[in-house]
Amino acid sequence: MPETVLTQPAETATATAPVVAAVDIRKQFGAFEAVRGVSFEVRRGECFGFLGPNGAGKSSLMRMVSSVSPATSGTMSIFGLDPRTSGSQIRARMGVVPQTDNLDQELTVEENLLIYGRYFDLSRAECRRRAKDLLDFVQLGDRAQSRVEPLSGGMKRRLTIARSLMSKPELLLLDEPTTGLDPQARHVLWDRLYRLKEQGVTLVLTTHYMDEAEQLCDRLVVVDRGQIVAEGSPAQLIREHATREVLEIRVAASVVAGIESALSSLGLRTEVLPDRVLLYSNNGEQTLKDVHELGITTLSSLVRRSSLEDVFLRLTGRTLND
Amino acid sequence: MTTPVAVRVWEGQIRTVWNAWRTSVALSMTQPFIFLAGMGFGVGALVDAGDGAQSSLGGLSYVQFLAPALLATTAMMAGAFEAMWPVHDGFYWRRTFEAVAATPVSPRAVVNGLMLWWTTRVVVGVGGVAIALVVMPSTRSWGIIPAVVVSVLCGLGFAAPIASWTATRTSDTPFAALQRFVITPLFLFGGAFYPLTALPGAIRPVAWVTPLWHGVELCRSFTVGNSSPYGVYVHLGVLLAWCVAGYLACLVTFDRRIRR
Ligand SMILES: Nc1ncnc2c1ncn2[C@@H]1O[C@H](COP(=O)(O)OP(=O)(O)OP(=O)(O)O)[C@@H](O)[C@H]1O
Ligand SMILES: [Mg+2]
Repeated sequence: MPETVLTQPAETATATAPVVAAVDIRKQFGAFEAVRGVSFEVRRGECFGFLGPNGAGKSSLMRMVSSVSPATSGTMSIFGLDPRTSGSQIRARMGVVPQTDNLDQELTVEENLLIYGRYFDLSRAECRRRAKDLLDFVQLGDRAQSRVEPLSGGMKRRLTIARSLMSKPELLLLDEPTTGLDPQARHVLWDRLYRLKEQGVTLVLTTHYMDEAEQLCDRLVVVDRGQIVAEGSPAQLIREHATREVLEIRVAASVVAGIESALSSLGLRTEVLPDRVLLYSNNGEQTLKDVHELGITTLSSLVRRSSLEDVFLRLTGRTLND
Repeated sequence: MTTPVAVRVWEGQIRTVWNAWRTSVALSMTQPFIFLAGMGFGVGALVDAGDGAQSSLGGLSYVQFLAPALLATTAMMAGAFEAMWPVHDGFYWRRTFEAVAATPVSPRAVVNGLMLWWTTRVVVGVGGVAIALVVMPSTRSWGIIPAVVVSVLCGLGFAAPIASWTATRTSDTPFAALQRFVITPLFLFGGAFYPLTALPGAIRPVAWVTPLWHGVELCRSFTVGNSSPYGVYVHLGVLLAWCVAGYLACLVTFDRRIRR
């Protein structure tokens, strides 16, 4: 638990108080502890990410930040308010995009927004105005009157985002906003999230895609088994936990068994994965030559820049999407 | 100008429940007419012709005896139905309550909004019966108005406790059993079709402790002036007790389910 406590440098914290401040948050489901002592801060106007594999506790954290599910222990402050006593006031200033869409499939696209806006006590006229603008924003203007059920996954996701914006939130929580979407739909969504950030909305998102985290997040924490194992900007994390380059090689199945000891003379960090072997080096081409000089035959090889995936592998010994 | 939060939940319920369940609602509204036509006039003709029929029905014709009671049975059916599938829908299939939970609306406001919605639903459901009572000269009376109020209590007396239980379920399979083994027997043994005294003594306590029979007795005595052997206050007390207990239970179970 203690190594997960994040301390903000004083000079960055002076301008504005953090939008979210969580200290030693835990969440227990029966005997199982899904979140095990997590502390973090989200600053105004930034995009903050939770990166972690399935079951890491990302959604449980998001539900606690959204002031729906109370933490079992620890303290949380959102907009300087306590979610245990001021849940309604907090939720009034926040938009939530849950992991699985909970749109009303029986209603039309527009009706979904109108009903939702009413829960924020907007007048019907104001709901209609905002719904129209938001449907244009997420490129669903021409589908306003169609039922939700036949929409594609990407359209539903965009509609859920539009719905979360009905209240003009200061803070937007997105639980895996692009999981299950095709690359084009993801890029449309990312673009919309950039624009919201430009408008000053604070974003908190979870993902298990490194590229998404690298693209969108100013800062992120890596979560594994209910704990934070690292935090920083994407570039910072890569610098601290990985080398400049990674050499990926594939070798014949007969060679895999002894490969780790065969490569040990190179003195590099190696990861033997089921389908490939990763070597962490500052000069990938040179390392490939060294591997060949050891008499190892590679079926294929690839030198690439290291990514958050490598950071994750380093920290947890597992790949993110296993 | 702000709208009370429960009223906004009620608005949402009207749209969502109506959209998904209007067929079931429409079908359930035809039921009292079928019973009135089949039992009231068909069976009524036989009953009224029998010896001593008038005295065992407290001086009423069979239609007079049955028709007001249908206010209460219809209210029970509507309340019980609303508290099962549509509530499960809100938690499990469409997860409307999950979506609402992310807004400023609190679990308590969800329950309050549902109480309003169930009231509306019961009034709409018994509306058809009330019209039939007005149309038939033998049942026409100002007492229909308090009888409709009583039927709302009877409907909520079922809806609220059942919904508090629905909120603890993750599957819809037990609903059919509740319908079959609780609601339907109550419908038959709740004093709507014949006086409770016609039942074996061992079964009567079931009617005494559940809301339906109290609703039936009150609806009947308000409309056709058949003074009930038990005081109006006792009947009202039992109905209110079920409503309040169910409401309090809903506050607990809805809060647990939504904020888990
Ligand atoms: N309501 C609940 N009751 C019991 N266990 C739960 C509940 N919600 C989550 N869990 C458990 O808590 C752990 C963390 O779940 P959570 O959904 O927070 O993970 P996640 O990081 O969001 O995973 P994913 O990437 O699959 O969405 C899991 O082991 C899950 O089974
Ligand atoms: Mg999740």
